[in-house]
Amino acid sequence: MENKNNNNILTKKDFAVGQQVKWCAGCGNYSILSAVTNTLPEIGVKKENVVFVSGIGCSSRFPYYVNTYGFHGIHGRAAPIASGIKLANPDLSVWIITGDGDSMAIGGNHFIHILRRNINVNILLINNKIYGLTKGQYSPTTPFGSITKTSPDGTVENPFKPGELAMGAEATFYARVVDTEPKKMTEVFIEAAKHNGTSLVEILENCVIFNNQVHSSITGKDVKDDNQIYLEHGKRMIFGKEHNKGLILNGLKLEAVTIGENGITEDDILIHDARDSDDTMHYLLTRMTLPEYPIATGIIRSFKSTGYGTLLQEKIEDAKEITKLHSVNDLLNSGNTWEIN
Amino acid sequence: MGNKNNKVIELDDVVVKFAGDSGDGMQLTGTQFSDISAFVGNDLATFPDYPSEIRAPQGTIAGVSGFQVHIGHKEIHTSGDLADVLVAMNPAALKANMKWVKPGATIIIDIDNFDNKHYKKAGYVEDPLGDGSLEGYNIVKAPITVLSRATIRDLGLDTKTMDKTKNQFAAGILYWLLNRDLNLGEDFLKDKFKNKPILVKANIKVLRAGYNFAETIEALSTTYRVLPTKNRKGKFRNITGNLAIAWGFMAASERSGRPLFLGSYPITPATEILQELSKRKNFGVITFQAEDEIAGVCAAIGASYAGNIGVTSTSGPGLSLKSEAIGLAVMTELPLVVVDVQRGGPATGLPTKPEQSDLLQALYGRNGESPVIVLAASTPANCFYYAYLAVKLSLEHMTPVILLSDGYLASGSEIWQIPDTKNLPDINPPIVKENDKNYKPYRRDPDTLSRYWALPGTKGLRHRVGGLEKEDVTGVVSHDPLNHQKMVNIREQKVQRLVGEIPDQKVIGNDSGDLLVVGWGGTYGALLTAVTELQKEGKDVSFTQFNYIKPLPRNTEEIFRRFKRIVVCELNLGQFANYLRSLFPQFTYLQYNKIQGLPYMIYELKKRFSQILEEK
Repeated sequence: MENKNNNNILTKKDFAVGQQVKWCAGCGNYSILSAVTNTLPEIGVKKENVVFVSGIGCSSRFPYYVNTYGFHGIHGRAAPIASGIKLANPDLSVWIITGDGDSMAIGGNHFIHILRRNINVNILLINNKIYGLTKGQYSPTTPFGSITKTSPDGTVENPFKPGELAMGAEATFYARVVDTEPKKMTEVFIEAAKHNGTSLVEILENCVIFNNQVHSSITGKDVKDDNQIYLEHGKRMIFGKEHNKGLILNGLKLEAVTIGENGITEDDILIHDARDSDDTMHYLLTRMTLPEYPIATGIIRSFKSTGYGTLLQEKIEDAKEITKLHSVNDLLNSGNTWEIN
Repeated sequence: MGNKNNKVIELDDVVVKFAGDSGDGMQLTGTQFSDISAFVGNDLATFPDYPSEIRAPQGTIAGVSGFQVHIGHKEIHTSGDLADVLVAMNPAALKANMKWVKPGATIIIDIDNFDNKHYKKAGYVEDPLGDGSLEGYNIVKAPITVLSRATIRDLGLDTKTMDKTKNQFAAGILYWLLNRDLNLGEDFLKDKFKNKPILVKANIKVLRAGYNFAETIEALSTTYRVLPTKNRKGKFRNITGNLAIAWGFMAASERSGRPLFLGSYPITPATEILQELSKRKNFGVITFQAEDEIAGVCAAIGASYAGNIGVTSTSGPGLSLKSEAIGLAVMTELPLVVVDVQRGGPATGLPTKPEQSDLLQALYGRNGESPVIVLAASTPANCFYYAYLAVKLSLEHMTPVILLSDGYLASGSEIWQIPDTKNLPDINPPIVKENDKNYKPYRRDPDTLSRYWALPGTKGLRHRVGGLEKEDVTGVVSHDPLNHQKMVNIREQKVQRLVGEIPDQKVIGNDSGDLLVVGWGGTYGALLTAVTELQKEGKDVSFTQFNYIKPLPRNTEEIFRRFKRIVVCELNLGQFANYLRSLFPQFTYLQYNKIQGLPYMIYELKKRFSQILEEK
């Protein structure tokens, strides 16, 4: 699997494994895997410095399918395992692969805390709004009223939007992509890797067996331009097949408008500031749902920050500089001791 | 102090209990008294007795805070059964502690707090000073509050600050009673309040006032002296079990060259380990205060995967929560040290009280066949050594180790001859060098059966581990039935092979005879003291205390065979006894179990062992 042509430049092949990938035919994970292996040569990290960590679920088999160091953990716990890896060796590029069951249900607590701490890892949250590995039960992101194996009469629970939880937990990087757009996925993954702090990328993914077409109103060829807005920092929030729709702020609410109607001009359309420290606008964008609004994709928030690991290392360096204890023997002999001769 | 013309009696050992309100400074006075005793060469052990409430209402039983110190001319192995001297700053302190004092003990009370208001708070129906319940005790009624205030009235302190010196009045009385050098107590105060000269002055004045008061009253005409312990040379310090564990881990990190990573969640009585290591960033120690117990252990496992010494510290309820993750470390065959400072259970149980009821949880409390090494420390000081050893075994054998301590070892202290870390055994983790062509994730060392440690960031060793069963050698996910059986057997054998490395079990006393007392972990001091006292009385009783629980030392069966009767003593319903029954069913195991959230008392052990010896 090693790239024999050039030792310095990595390619996608460097990260491919010989092992047969065992996802269902047509599973959205294939395009995500491909986008990931396209990303890794672009982030300036040696191949031995990349680690993939996962929990449990279909998506969590991911570490077996990418030729890096990998840790397939237990259900919901990828975040703390990855935290330990990253803090133990800050040189590593650590990626968490998780799903809506893994991170929104059993691992919900770890999910909000890793974001709050802002540990410099990248989370790829693959959201297909269903439990796939256990064959079709509703998940915490399944829409209200959905009929599944454990909700034969429709669910009576409100779903989470992962991005809202992320904003609530003071996340510094949040992006949303769809599994049908591999180029955009790669673009976003590269930015996520560059960000110092926890980067959360929510990937809207299709489960071909248990929740087929769950995102088709967002990803469908004929509707995607009108039903999705791909946000880019510094650019106006414009979308639509004709590039004539946009978002404005009306009071405390966003409003989807058409340029040229009701006196709206392009200048009235909001400019996306992903780097704003205040996440209020990012939160509003995250919350947008069909049919009133398009679904926001792209990098919604990317606030430059100092990651937990950097702050921790600074504290360690400071402590080393001022200490008078240079060995454990010094410590054992410090404080209140006495000699008897 | 040389010109005392009272009667001085020399004692082998004395137990003093300080008791008062949480805010009365009893921990400080106790520490001060034990420090100066240690300084003059006494052996000693201490045990603090905190209420689980932080500041329960003043004057109530729930708010009583205590500190017991046992000092000796002889060697001291426990903080003592019953007190020879009780200092009770209020009626609640007296009421809470009367069952823990010896008949005829000296009881020093602050008479200023013995009034109807305080009796009511303490739940006394009758005046304990008048109802005859204190008959036979030597009661010293000292007006501690009034005299302390009077002594320092001219220093311009407010009443609240003045009252904080009261404990020094009680200390002064004690210095007189036990013929202690006042200068040492004064030195302690000068150091304690070195940034507050006014408090140094006030406390020293009150300490002297207490001493002078004691000198003048009739009730204390007889005083005592505990001479230094014989044959004790070297450099010493006082140490608690929790501190010793933290330092043992640091010593192991220094020796192995692997950084120490503690993933932990605060839980009584293990929290001091997290707190202590948080202070040690200068040694490169990383402490990760996790969002819960599970995150604590998982972060430790992640750190281990990346080449650190992954440690998690907890108590029983936390160990329950960590079960699945410990199984993950078993499956991935990564180093992991789990410290369980046991407390009374189940559920929240008795958070501040010791118990040994997590033994079976440590051995078996996971899904699947999930063997781990189980060690148990047996004194506050040897917590250092077993923490060191836990890291050594975990790294060298690539397997989780559970180290059992308990609330008694954790907060109790004893005198420790400071070791030189150079004399500790080497630690050689099986780290793989880069581009090792022979590396396979589950290739094993043929002797230890441990797999090798390939650290992320190393060239040419990219591999994947995880909770799914893996094929031997290659580490590829495998559901093959025969492979599973093979791997289950290997994981068990890997732990069992340790037997060749651990020392033989030792017997204290004759190596055969009528009765073998068997214990494990933190009951060591009490069992040792009870057995040696019986041996001195001519009884045929021997003693063995286990530190290696899984695997057991290889001569265990041989030892058991040589005794007519075996009694297994533990602070649970018989978990170790049942474990022994499962391994060596040919022997009969008598049991002596106590499960009151309290350590064993020497007298109750002696009584039970004597009974057994008398039974034919």
